[in-house]
Amino acid sequence: MVHTVVRKNAYYDSVTLMLATDEVKAIDGVEEALVGMATDTNKEFLKDLGMMSKEAEEAGPNDLLIVVKGREGILDEVLKVVDNFLKGGEEEKKKEEVASSLDSALEMMPDADLVLISIAGEYAGKEAMKAVDKGLHVMLFSDNVALEEEIEVKKKAIEKGLLVMGPDCGTAIINGVPLAFANVVRRGKVGIVAASGTGSQEVSSIVSNLGEGISQLIGTGGRDVKKDVGGLMFLEGIKWLSEDDGTEVIVLISKPPAPEVVEKAVKLVKESGKKAVVHFINGEVKDEDLVVGKTLEDTAIKAVLLAQGKEIEKDEYSYYEIAGGRDLESMVKEQLEKIEEGKYIRGLYSGGTLADEAMVLFSKEMGCVWSPSPIDEKCKLENINESRENTVVDMGEDEFTKGRPHPMIDFTMRKERLIKEYMDPEVAIIILDVVLGYGSHMDPASEIAEAVNEARKKYGKYKLVVANILGTKDDPQGYDKQWKTLEDAGVVVFPSNATAVKFALEVWKGLRS
Amino acid sequence: MRDLFKKKTIKVINIGLKGFYEDLKSQGVEAVHVDWKPPLGGKKSLELLEALKNVKVDVEEANKKVIEIMLSAQPTLVGMAQAKDVVPGMKKNLILHAGPPIEWERMSGPLRGAVIGGLIYEGMAKNEEEAIELVKSGEIEFDPWHHHDGVGPMAGVATYSMPVFIIENKTYGVRAYCTMNEGLGKVLRYGAYSQEVIDRLKWMEEVLYPVLKEAIEIKGEINLKNIIAQALQMGDECHNRNRAATSLFFREIAPAIIETSFSNKDKKRVLEFIHSNDHFFLNLSMPAMKSTVLPAEGTEGSTIVTVMARNGTDFGIRIAGLPGEWFVGPAQMVEGLLFPGFTPEDANPDIGDSTITETGGIGGFAMAAAPAIVKFVGGSVDEAIETTKKMYEITDAENDTYKIPFLNFRGTPTGINIVKVVEKGILPRINTGIAHKEPGVGQVGAGLTYPPMNIFVDALERFVEKYS
Repeated sequence: MVHTVVRKNAYYDSVTLMLATDEVKAIDGVEEALVGMATDTNKEFLKDLGMMSKEAEEAGPNDLLIVVKGREGILDEVLKVVDNFLKGGEEEKKKEEVASSLDSALEMMPDADLVLISIAGEYAGKEAMKAVDKGLHVMLFSDNVALEEEIEVKKKAIEKGLLVMGPDCGTAIINGVPLAFANVVRRGKVGIVAASGTGSQEVSSIVSNLGEGISQLIGTGGRDVKKDVGGLMFLEGIKWLSEDDGTEVIVLISKPPAPEVVEKAVKLVKESGKKAVVHFINGEVKDEDLVVGKTLEDTAIKAVLLAQGKEIEKDEYSYYEIAGGRDLESMVKEQLEKIEEGKYIRGLYSGGTLADEAMVLFSKEMGCVWSPSPIDEKCKLENINESRENTVVDMGEDEFTKGRPHPMIDFTMRKERLIKEYMDPEVAIIILDVVLGYGSHMDPASEIAEAVNEARKKYGKYKLVVANILGTKDDPQGYDKQWKTLEDAGVVVFPSNATAVKFALEVWKGLRS
Repeated sequence: MRDLFKKKTIKVINIGLKGFYEDLKSQGVEAVHVDWKPPLGGKKSLELLEALKNVKVDVEEANKKVIEIMLSAQPTLVGMAQAKDVVPGMKKNLILHAGPPIEWERMSGPLRGAVIGGLIYEGMAKNEEEAIELVKSGEIEFDPWHHHDGVGPMAGVATYSMPVFIIENKTYGVRAYCTMNEGLGKVLRYGAYSQEVIDRLKWMEEVLYPVLKEAIEIKGEINLKNIIAQALQMGDECHNRNRAATSLFFREIAPAIIETSFSNKDKKRVLEFIHSNDHFFLNLSMPAMKSTVLPAEGTEGSTIVTVMARNGTDFGIRIAGLPGEWFVGPAQMVEGLLFPGFTPEDANPDIGDSTITETGGIGGFAMAAAPAIVKFVGGSVDEAIETTKKMYEITDAENDTYKIPFLNFRGTPTGINIVKVVEKGILPRINTGIAHKEPGVGQVGAGLTYPPMNIFVDALERFVEKYS
């Protein structure tokens, strides 16, 4: 049946009424509907639809028509929907500050200092160039930026007195603000220039955890220190820190740079007149006057000692010597008693530099450490998904992340791999990193714990799982909570990568004696 | 130099992963997020934008010139005449239509319907069959209105005898033309050609036109720029909403209509006709915009759009620096609201020259001025304001006459620059009516659409080729 309601002198615009009509039509039991002013056009529609009535005919253009074809008694519901719809004035959503382009962002924030770029690499270089042209500092998180673009934009930036951190720069802390993947560290006297993202996260976090702080952390991206770019930003970064009053200790972190970059960097550091610690992972620095970090952890500790005005007395420090702590020897013994099977170690990392560090330390004792990107090319893993003997993989590498989020964000891949490795009868030890801080997963420990629990339940035998938590007490994930979650899952947890690696190595050796 | 570290904190613009912006905000860092889009056409466009740096003309200077032309325009209604007497190149067997050039075989339903109606109206055919036969005989020529300094809404069909408004851009002495608006429902511009449509067109020619023509002569010239500027402050954007502008026009012309030599009955019907048609002014706002951009056509080295037009099959644009060339892609479907009894399957793709309004800096670009029709753009006044704001990204100027109260009387985004469209990946937003896909049915709704993206990339490619 057709229901007709006429509301005299109730004006609404036609668009609102068309939407109201849609709402009414969506009601179950409504066959056809028209909510509209009683204009000639709408009356025509009513006639065409066979829904015309005397009341509707008599209504005028200032009267609202609500005409519905449908079952008896549906009108109440229809009127409720119409009234609710016509009430209007929805509460405004809280607005975010969102612009459509760099130009309009600058209109909204004319005094912006830095642009953080994480779009696809083929476009990122151009966007970085635009930012530099406008006098802005840049952090280029994106990778796959063309080499020529990197060189061009860095040269231009240096000319203009700007920083271009990256491409492929995951970590920076500028004026106390962590950018992209970075930890919430104390501010302090230690300034870092790093061509390695997780390396700088590890060092800055340990410095902070030991009570010192970071003045600035300048990332450069890994390619910067190679021959082609020639350390443009690495060297520029040292100059910046040299001039920075807040920086008393300069720390350089990188995978081995091109020799000429090392030479220039060392020269600049010396000229700065500031204290310095240099750590070129697995790379030699032959300079008597320079403090060289042996591991990331050692680098951080030495930087802390220097910042505190203390002497460097030892060749290499470890975390527990400084922070006080556990009896590692008995912990090793305990593990040797508990481990039920296997003799090999498998490292499943999300941080590339941490994986490198593990490989460097392991290979001194183990010989070949298999990996998709090994220290010794002879130990290259044919199939990245099939470990052999002692293996360390960086699951953040391109081969693993194609079409997937980074393992610091998405743990699916690492969890699967962990369970698979655990069920390999040859495996005795699994070592991994848990990276906290901005950018990372909000509860990584639970992800790892879940996989460990599942593996142990499925396989039934005890194996050692060792983890390093990279982070600070102020990181958004909650350091202590992450620690406890891992321990509750029977994971042996360490506050630095090198200590975790050394512990694992002692157990490994124990299994062989 | 190197003074960044002397600041207490930093202010950050984040382009890309939104999580990084949210992290910064959660720490209380001042940050703006950029909802970045890749350039239209992807990598190829990057090369074009690169090549554009090496063209032999000063593009920026050329565009400034075009903007100056557009802003200084004075569109003015100066009179009326029949198409045959004023429209350049008009002849008996010529039918003008909206959009880029198109042959009969590829014409959409509404355009075909309007062509049939036009031939019946001219007495060249008695009915649909005769009209189609005539067209197929090859005797009838078709040409876009834009080739004849005019515009037509929807199908935009104009024939030999149809009366047209004459709009003169007083600053540049150029004229643009448009037929009169027939109202809503079953009308020629939506491809309807039933007897009532033809009868109305005849009445418009025999009564409406002579009355209005004489009234304009009595009243004198009417400055349309002023009316549009006022209407924008009264809730019109002069494309999908012309209610205020129509009322303002009515106010201007009514006394003069009373003064004309016609019978009271005719005068009353004319006044009633204008009064009852909220879109009467559309056929004035469109030629007003046409006359605004017309003098800019052919400006050497400019990348500003001078025409956006659709014929129901294709969407075409023209660029100031590439005179006479069309860049054409498929007309898109219109997302919008449909009249009772119609479904999306009934709708025809985008059609009409009314996008000349957006080209000139009003219409969809002035959406923030028209809260009454914001539902077209997705529902809220906020979104309408966002629509307009986004268009500033792809235009070169803010209008000095057309202002938006909601945006603190900021000028409307004016002068679409294809370089910006391509680079920022933002397409012009278009408000428009929806025609039924079958000839003869008429309007079925209204809504929102975009041009196809390839035409901007194609135009840029040709521009680079021409000027390299």
